[in-house]
Amino acid sequence: MASDSLITDDLRKLIGVTLDTIVFKVEEGAIQRYAQAIGDPNPLYNDPDFASKTKYGRLLAPPGFTGWPVKAGRLSERLIESLAKAGAPSRLLDGGIEFEFIEPIGAGDVLTATTKIANITERETKLGKTIFTTLETTFVNQKDNVALKSRSTLILF
Amino acid sequence: MAKQVYYDDVEAGTEVTPLVKIATTRMLVQWAGASGDFNPLHYDEDFAKAMGVGAPIVHGALKRAWLGHLMTDWIGEEGKLKKLSCQYRGMDYPRKMRTMEEPHDGETWSCKGKVTKKYEEGSEYLVECEIWVENGKGEKTTPGSALVALPIRTRK
Repeated sequence: MASDSLITDDLRKLIGVTLDTIVFKVEEGAIQRYAQAIGDPNPLYNDPDFASKTKYGRLLAPPGFTGWPVKAGRLSERLIESLAKAGAPSRLLDGGIEFEFIEPIGAGDVLTATTKIANITERETKLGKTIFTTLETTFVNQKDNVALKSRSTLILF
Repeated sequence: MAKQVYYDDVEAGTEVTPLVKIATTRMLVQWAGASGDFNPLHYDEDFAKAMGVGAPIVHGALKRAWLGHLMTDWIGEEGKLKKLSCQYRGMDYPRKMRTMEEPHDGETWSCKGKVTKKYEEGSEYLVECEIWVENGKGEKTTPGSALVALPIRTRK
């Protein structure tokens, strides 16, 4: 029954909306801290001298590195604010992610990350009525090439 | 560095070399700082209880990053990771710290995978894998998949 749905009209209007575009430079230190947090000693991510002599020519970011600004910056604030305003449940869990790696990302690259809400659906789970929000982010590098695409699922309940 | 794996040497069922990980509260703080995910779900006991997960849980994205580590170690320098996806299905709880550096005894996680399919496309030799993070009880808390391109042995 439509009246039982957690997806309000305001939430439905968010489908297709571009949340934000963030431009940021990939920092060497950010890559190293990220690799250390994973526990990955690969010298491509940890040793700038080693990495500069490889085909990548610079410290390489581990797959899935999307930079601090995308996760911690305006984007997540804007997303949570938009969802709350539209009447979405406030408890949230990260549901999963898909990455498509197109070009290497490394230190010094300047990425433009554009995130849109691709879909909002609902189904019954063990958490009760649950909303699944799909976010798509495209990362374009300084050469104007798409370097990375991600599609993540946010669970609201 | 592990020796290079070649397209010629894998087939459906071939195992991806497993990777062992131990999540600790210390590691979760480090991950929060490195990734920029400051959700209190991962470090605040009361908040985690209120969210219905009982206690602070391991970041899904950290487990995803472990799976990235699994795959890039396996495919070696000449391999290329093209796609990676996973779902955060089961909660994982980090070991607490006994000293500044050492965690208490407890759960150990394994990142694992196996080849499901291989095929040529254009100029590439592609291999699909089923991958997952397994908890101490052998449950797949973070199932996913990966698509990689592998080099071929020089043919004469």
